[in-house]
Parts: sequence; C-alpha cells; structure tokens
Amino acid sequence: MNLSTMQVSSRDRIVLRAEDVWKSYDDGAIAVLKGVNFEAIEGKTTALCGPSGCGKSTLLHLLGGLDSPDRGRVTVYGVEIDRKFNLLRLLRHEVGFVFQLHNLIPDLTLEENCLIPTVAAGTDRRIAQARLRQLADRTGLTHRLGQRIQKLSGGERQRTALCRALMNKPKILLADEPTGSLDEGSSATVFELLLEIVASEGVTLVMATHDRSLAERCDRLLEMRDGRIHEAENAR
Amino acid sequence: MIFLKLIVTNLRRHRIRSFISVAGIAFSVAAMLTVVTILQGAIGMFSGILSSDSEIIVFERNVSDLFFSAVPAAAVEEIAGWPMVLHADPVLFGIVSSADHPIITCFGVTADDARIRKATWLQGDRLAFAQHADDVVLGERAAEFLGARLGEQVPIGHGVFHVIGILKTANGFEDGGVFMPLNSAQAFFHKEGTSSVITIKLRNKDDATAFKSMVKARYPNLIGLEDAEFTRSYSQFKILKATAWAVGGCGLLLGGLGVANTMIMSVFTRIREIAILRVNGFSHLQIAAMIFGESAVVSLLGAVLGLLAGTCLLFILKQVPALHGYVDVSVQPFVMLIVILLALSTGIAGALYPAAYAMRIRAVEALRFE
Repeated sequence: MNLSTMQVSSRDRIVLRAEDVWKSYDDGAIAVLKGVNFEAIEGKTTALCGPSGCGKSTLLHLLGGLDSPDRGRVTVYGVEIDRKFNLLRLLRHEVGFVFQLHNLIPDLTLEENCLIPTVAAGTDRRIAQARLRQLADRTGLTHRLGQRIQKLSGGERQRTALCRALMNKPKILLADEPTGSLDEGSSATVFELLLEIVASEGVTLVMATHDRSLAERCDRLLEMRDGRIHEAENAR
Repeated sequence: MIFLKLIVTNLRRHRIRSFISVAGIAFSVAAMLTVVTILQGAIGMFSGILSSDSEIIVFERNVSDLFFSAVPAAAVEEIAGWPMVLHADPVLFGIVSSADHPIITCFGVTADDARIRKATWLQGDRLAFAQHADDVVLGERAAEFLGARLGEQVPIGHGVFHVIGILKTANGFEDGGVFMPLNSAQAFFHKEGTSSVITIKLRNKDDATAFKSMVKARYPNLIGLEDAEFTRSYSQFKILKATAWAVGGCGLLLGGLGVANTMIMSVFTRIREIAILRVNGFSHLQIAAMIFGESAVVSLLGAVLGLLAGTCLLFILKQVPALHGYVDVSVQPFVMLIVILLALSTGIAGALYPAAYAMRIRAVEALRFE
C-alpha cells in the first residue's frame, strides 16, 4: 500500500486522485513517474517535497490536466480528466495554477493580468471586478492594480499570480515552487498569504517545493523520490 | 476589452514588423484600387461613348472587338426607319496614328451624331462638320498633342486633314480623339459601306426588348444590347476587368504572405504567453480568435491606409496633363467594399497556419522549458 494514502480517513473527501500514474519522456527513455498514487483531501494543504527531477512538477501538471499520464488515471471529484471533454471546465473553474516564475503577461497591467481567467471563462465584468478588488485587498495589491508588471517587485508579481489563480474561485490550487524565485523575506510573506487565503476560501492546495520548512507547515507532507511517493507524515 | 488589448499589445510590441505588414497590405490595396478604378473608368468612358444619347447598341454578332464589327449601311437605314426608333447613329471606330502618337482613336460619325451635337465646341462651327471629305474635328487634348489649330492642316496616318473644329468633352477617349465624317472614315479605313456599331435612341425605353428581338429576327448576324448589358457582356471589358482584379489580387497575395510571415513570427515569439493563456482557461478557439483578430487589425489598417493612398494616387494621376480625361477618380463604393473584403480575407488566410500552430501549442511543454 502506498504510504501517501494511509492517513486519509473515511470522513475526508477526496477531491483529487492519481491512481497508478506513470509518465515518461523521450519515448519512454526518461521515466519520471512510476506508478504514483496520490489523493488530495478537500480543504487541506499538501506539500510535495523532493529533489529536482523527482517528478513533482510533472505530477502537478497531470493533476491539473495540463498533461496526460502514459498509464493510470487522474480524477477530480471522481471524474477522470479528459483533455477533450472537461479540461476547459477544469482549468476555468476547478483548478488554479501558481508557478515558480510568475508567468504574467508583461505588457498588461496587474489588473488586466488578474482578469485573464475571467475573460477565458466569460465571467460577468462586474462580478470579475468585485472578485479582483476582494483579492487585491487581501494580498495588499489594491494600490498597484494599474501598474504594469515590469514595475512590480518579485513578491508583488507572485502575489499577482496568486490573485490570478484564484480569480474564478477554483476549488484546487496547484502551486509549483510558488516561492522558489523569491528572496527569504518575500518568500515568507507570499507563503503566509497563500496559506491564509486557501484556508479562508476552503481551497485544496497541492504544492511542490524544495523548501522543507515551508512544506512542514502544510497539513500533509509527501516525499517524492525516483518517480514515486515514498513516505508521508503529518506536518501539523 | 482585455481580449482586444491582448491583440493590440502584440502589434505594439513589434511595431516595425506590424508596420511592414500594414504597409504591405496598404500597398497592395492601393495598387488594386488604382488599377481597378482606372480600368473601370476607362470602361465607363468607352461605354459612355456608345451610350451617348442612346439606350441600345447594335453590332456584329460574335466579334471579339468592336473595331472588327461591320454593320452594313443598309441595316442602318432600315433600322433608322423602324417606328420605335427615334434615331440611329452609325459610328465607325478606327485607330489612326501621327508622327509622335502611334495611337489616336478615330470616330467616323454623321453630322447629326449625338457625340458631335452634345460636345462643347471650343472652336469652329458644328454645322460645318461633314461638308468636305478631308474635314476633321479634334478633341481638345488631341488638338493639344497634335499641335493643331482651327483651320490648319494636320497629318494623320497616311492623309492630311483640315481642322474645322475643336471640341471639349469630359470623356478622355473623345477628348483625345479625332472625329471624321463617316464617309471619310470608311474610305480611310477601307470599310466602305459599313460602320462598327449603330447607337439607338428609342422613342420609348420599354420597347428595348421588342427592338432587340426585331434585330435578331431581321439580322441574324447582328446583335442589339442595352448599354448595361453590353458593358457586362463585352469580352474586351471582361478581359480588362479580370486583368485588373488579377493584378490587384497578385499584389494582395504578396501582402497576405507578409501578414502570414508576421503572424507566424508573432506566434513563435510568444509561445509561452499562449501557454499561460491556455493554463488560465483560454480555449483553442479563443487562442485562434486572438491570432485572427491580430491579422484582422493589420489587414483593416492596411486596407484603410491603402484606400487613402490609392485615392490620393488617383487624384495625382488625374492632375497629370497627359492623362487628362482618362483617369476617373470616382472610386465606386462596391470596389472599395470588395477591396476591403479581399484585404480582410487575405489577412485571415495569412493567419490560418499561425492560428493552427498556436492552437496546437501544448501548455505543459511551453512552460517546462524556460
């Protein structure tokens, strides 16, 4: 039995599940995931720790539907991700992504970058603006809404990326080294904010990180090595 | 609004490249507009000669060019006598040359011809026309380039003619042409007893169909067409129009290739950005719409600039003395509409491959490699 599933009690609701997931690149030459089983519990934060190349990012991409497994399956609320039929809905309403690099569009303002998911989803403009104001207020970006991305600090950019990821009120947030490109101070601030917002909005967080001290503050900490999840322990 | 900004942002990001694409479309549109308008104008002028105070033109059936049409004088006489006909004017077309001008259009007409009656006579007396075999009347521009004045002898082709009048018309062909008495023109061109066409003025326009049927029944080798019908069906006009659109189309094709190149570069340079949009929920169609939107903006800007440039060029051409009367600057709305639609279609076609490429971008691959 995979250790990562041991601590899930029968009362917990599984929102995200990977079952015997395999993934390789270069026609199988590079095997990245080798039969991973994973479950994310609703409203809980999970950290995926492990060295570079162990498959953390790959697993996050599969969990968010950005890539398909070679074998096995990924389900969101019990429904298997199908790139043809439900991927758009998943990306627009169920899952938000935060990356190590902020991945914002430099020529747009902070406000415009945050509104991109609402444009994709066709959200009513007033509703989108209200949501933006709410998130900007919580992340301390209200006074920076009209600024272009180039004029923002690293921490502000990552907070913007966080706002953008949460604009459509996703139930799951997948964060790939969200503080990896920040200095220590900014990293702590952004991470605190991340935990605070996901807790208050009841979002399920799955985060890949190198930083064990950050990982230990999550509800669950899973260790990835050699393409497998090897151990699990309660961080809190 | 943000969607529109995503489109415009990329154009602003690569200003020079965008400008070159817009300029490519603009030049193509200007070329097409100019060529088509000049030829439409020329066709309109030629039609104008035929339709001067007439509704129907009668000529030899199945001739490729009116210059080769031969309508017998007997037919002119008989048709002129039909009750429904108010007047029937025979016109013989010919090309003559002088020392420095190899091509001068010549009109062999009768003294009563509408072209003579309705023109503004700058010099000479209309009533003197066709009194002598060697009399000619010159269009104002023809008089200018032949350096001929009233009362002078002017060498035209293998003969020498006496200028008895100079007239002004708005029609470039007429203004740059020579009017001869019909009999003289027939002798000059060795076409005795025939004319190229008969232009018909009916007493009642409603009799046009009946008139055409009568021509067909009485003279199977002749055909009567209403002016609009003639303009539509005359093979020379068709060839000219097709040539104009083909030349313009080639220009637009080149402009389209420019747009395609720009759009391909546009997609290649922002693969990561497109991946980000995909991750944030943009569908394949939304990505394609963004690419097509970008090319549509380029095409429309190019079309507008091209229309302005083309109109200016036509205006300048009209001021050139040598082209006086030959260039009609009144751009027809349908020509503008077609040119804009063609430019837009070209832009859209140029964005097909880039859009397809952008739709195939896999977010995960684009994001994995920094």
